[in-house]
Amino acid sequence: MLETHSLTASYGQFKALFGIDITVAPGECVAIIGANGAGKTTLLRSISGVLRNAPGMVVHKGTPIGTLPADAVVQRGIAMVPEGRKLFPSLSVEENLLIGGQVRRGDARWTLETVYALFPILKERRLSPATALSGGQQQMVAIGRALMSNPELLLCDEISLGLAPVVIRDIYAALPRIRETGAAVVIVEQDITRALAVADRVYCLMEGRVTLTGPTASTTRDAVHAAYFGDAA
Amino acid sequence: MKHAMQVTVTTRTRASTVAGSVALGLIGLGLILPAFASRSLIQDLFFILTMLTLAQLWNLIAGYGGMVSVGQQAFVGIGAYAMFAGVILLGWDPVFAILLGGIAAFLLAIPMAFFAFRLQGAYFAIGTWVIAEVTRLIIAQWKTLGGGTGTSLPREATADIIGVATIANLFDLRDAAARDVLAYWLALALAVGTMAAIYALLRSRNGLALAALRDNDNAARSVGVDAGRLKWLVFLAAAAMTGLVGALIYMQTARISPDAAFSVTSWTAYVIFIVVIGGIGRLEGPILGVLVFWGLQTAFSDYGSWYLLALGLIAIAVMLFARGGFGA
Amino acid sequence: MIWLDTLVQGLLLGGLYALFAAGLSLVFGIMRLVNLAHGDLIVLAAFVVLVVVEATGLNPFLSALIAAPALFAFGWALQWFVFNRVLGKDILPPLLVTFGLSIALQNGMLEVFSADSQRIRVGALESASVDLGLVTVGIMPLLTFASAVAVIFTLNQIFYRTALGRAFRATSDDPVTASLMGINPRSVFAVATGLAMVIVTIAALYLGMRSNFDPSIGPARLIFAFEAVIIGALARFGAR
Ligand SMILES: Nc1ncnc2c1ncn2[C@@H]1O[C@H](COP(=O)(O)OP(=O)(O)OP(=O)(O)O)[C@@H](O)[C@H]1O
Ligand SMILES: [Mg+2]
Repeated sequence: MLETHSLTASYGQFKALFGIDITVAPGECVAIIGANGAGKTTLLRSISGVLRNAPGMVVHKGTPIGTLPADAVVQRGIAMVPEGRKLFPSLSVEENLLIGGQVRRGDARWTLETVYALFPILKERRLSPATALSGGQQQMVAIGRALMSNPELLLCDEISLGLAPVVIRDIYAALPRIRETGAAVVIVEQDITRALAVADRVYCLMEGRVTLTGPTASTTRDAVHAAYFGDAA
Repeated sequence: MKHAMQVTVTTRTRASTVAGSVALGLIGLGLILPAFASRSLIQDLFFILTMLTLAQLWNLIAGYGGMVSVGQQAFVGIGAYAMFAGVILLGWDPVFAILLGGIAAFLLAIPMAFFAFRLQGAYFAIGTWVIAEVTRLIIAQWKTLGGGTGTSLPREATADIIGVATIANLFDLRDAAARDVLAYWLALALAVGTMAAIYALLRSRNGLALAALRDNDNAARSVGVDAGRLKWLVFLAAAAMTGLVGALIYMQTARISPDAAFSVTSWTAYVIFIVVIGGIGRLEGPILGVLVFWGLQTAFSDYGSWYLLALGLIAIAVMLFARGGFGA
Repeated sequence: MIWLDTLVQGLLLGGLYALFAAGLSLVFGIMRLVNLAHGDLIVLAAFVVLVVVEATGLNPFLSALIAAPALFAFGWALQWFVFNRVLGKDILPPLLVTFGLSIALQNGMLEVFSADSQRIRVGALESASVDLGLVTVGIMPLLTFASAVAVIFTLNQIFYRTALGRAFRATSDDPVTASLMGINPRSVFAVATGLAMVIVTIAALYLGMRSNFDPSIGPARLIFAFEAVIIGALARFGAR
C-alpha cells in the first residue's frame, strides 16, 4: 500500500536520510525503531508530506506522492500523530478532534462518539482547552484527532514519549481496536520490547539508513541491539 | 570584483586590498572633483551621496539589526528642523548647526526606541511610523519656523557660511555654486565616515552579535552579548547620523516644510527601495541600489505618480522573485 | 452633561477606528502579517464603493454590498499571489512588500482618481441625528458604531462557532500541524485576507460617507487602526 524508494531527506546542508526503502501492507502494523537522531521522525515527516521529496520516493497505492503537500496526503488517507502531540492550544479537546475530521474520507468509521468510546476520559474533558489536559490525555487527543480523518494508514511518532508506564499501557490498549478497523499502523517507538510486542514487522534505523528489517517473530533482541547501536556483532 | 572575493581565502585578501585601494582612489577623486566638475554634476553627486548614507544607515538597522523602521523620516525631519532652529533662533553658522541636527535626532530616538522596542516584530514598523507622524504634527505647530508651510534659511545666514568664500576663491565660483561644493564635501565625508564605521562594526565581535540578534535574540544572548544594549546602540547611532544627513540636505536646499522634511516617500520609501534593489544586508547593496535609483530618478521622475507606482511594484517584484536584490 | 456628550461622541468615533482596526488584527492574528498597506486598501475600497455608486446610482449601502465580493476576491488574490510567497520566519520581506504595495496603491489611485477630495453622498442621512434624552447623537456615527459592533460580533461567531474559524485558530497556532489535518494554510490565509477586505469595505463605506477622502490619506488611517489595536491590546492586558 505504501512504499518508499531510496528516500532521502535533508535539512539544509545536513543530510538526515540516505536512501530508505520500506513497505507497509494494508492492515499491517510496522514498527520503526532507532536511537535518538536516527531519522525516524524525518522518515514520517517525509511520508506525511511535511517534508517534500522527489515524486517517486514515496508511492501510495501505485501513485507517486513524494511532492504532495501534507494536506493532500491526509486526503489520501494517511494521517499522522506527530511527535510531541502538537495539539492546538487555542482549540478545546472536542475542537481538536473536529479539526482532525475536517477531511472525512469514505464511511464514518471514526466519529466523535467512537473516539470518545475509545478514550472515555476525553468525553468528560471535551470542553477543556486541549493543553490543559495531562500528558497521557493529550496523547489520546492527538491519536483521536488523527483517527477522525478515517485513515487507512496511521503514522504514530513516539506516542509513549514522556509518559508513565501505566499511561503508556492505556494508550497502547487502543492499538488493537484501531487495527480492527483495517487500518495499517506505523509506530515509531524507543521502547524496543514494546515495539516488538505490538508490531508484525520492524525496521531499525541508524544514522539515516535501515540497518535491520524483518518480521518481529523472528527478530532476536541481539540482532536488534547490533542494528540499533551499530556494533558489528 | 565580487566574484574574486568568493574564490579563495588568499585571493580574498588580495581582492580586498585591491578594493581598498580602489575605494581610496575614489575618495581622492571625489575630493578633487569640484575643481573640474560642473555644478549640476556636483548636485547630482550630493543627492547620490546623501541617499547612499541614508540607505547604509537603514540597511544597518533593518538589514543587519532586523529593526525594520519605516519612521526614518522622523530623524531627517527633526535633524533638518534643529539645524534651521540653530541658524534662525540662535544665529549659528549652518555648518555648525548641522551638529544640532544629529543631537536632536539622537534625543528623539531615545523615546522612540523606548516605545518601539516594546512592540513585537512587525508592529515595530508601524510604531516608528506613528512617532514620525506625531513628530511632524508637533513640528508643524512651531510657528517661528514657519508652522505648516515652512520657511527658508535667511539670506544673511547663507551668505557667509564658513568656508564658502574660500571655496569660491579657490575654484573661481559664484557663492551659490561654492555652497554646493561645500555641501558636497560634507556629504562625501558623511558617506565615507558612515560606511567606514559600519564596516568596522561588522568586522568586530559586535558585528557577529548583530547578525545573531537579527536571526534570533536568544542566540545573541548565548554568545554573551547584551542584545538589548546593542540594539539601543545601533538604533541611536543610526538615528543621530540620519539627523546629520537630514540637516545637511536642508542646508543645501535652504528651504524647509514639515511635509517635505518628514516625507515618508522621500526619506523612507526611496531609501528602502535603494536597499532592496541593491541587496539587503550587504554593505555594497546600497551602493549599487543608489546608482540604479538615481538612474531611474533621472530618467523617469517626470512621470510623477506613475514613476512611484512603478517603484512600488519593482520593490514588490524584487522581494518576490529576487530576494537578494539585483546585486546578488 | 458636557462630559457625557464627549464620552458618547468619543465612543461613537471609536466605532470607525474599530472598523479600521478589525481587518488589520484579523490578518495579524492569523498569519502574523502586519499589512502596511491597510490604510491604502481602505481608501481603495472607498473609491470602489464610490465608483459603484456613480455607475449604478444605487444607494451607498447597496453599492458596498456589490463591492464587497469583488474586494474579497481582490484580497484573496493578493494573499495567494503575493503575500503567501513572502510569509516566513523573516519578517522583513512581508513588511517591505506591503510597504511597496502602499506606495504603489497611493500613486496608482492618484493617477486613476486624481488628487481631488471625494465623498460618498447619502443625502439627508449625513446630518440627521436622534435625541437620546441626555445627549443628541448623529445617525451616521450611531450607524458606524452599530456596524462595528456587528462586525466584531460576527467575527467572533465565525472564530468560535464555525469550521472556518476553527481552521483559522489552528493555522494561527501551528500551520505545519494544521496541514497534517488536511488544511492548506495558504488557502486559509487567502480566505482570511479576503474576509479582511470585506471588513475594509465596511470601514471604507463609513469613512467615505462621513468625511472627504483622497488617495493620500491611507497611511493616516493605518495609524488610527494601529492605535486602536494598541488600545485594544492594553485594555485586554488590563482585564487580565
Ligand atoms: N528541523 C531540523 N533542522 C535541522 N536538523 C534536524 C531537524 N530535525 C531533525 N534534524 C536532524 O536530523 C536527524 C534526524 O532527526 P530525527 O528527528 O528524524 O530523529 P529521530 O530518529 O526522530 O530522533 P528522536 O528519537 O530523538 O525523535 C538528527 O540528526 C537531527 O539533528
Ligand atoms: Mg523523533
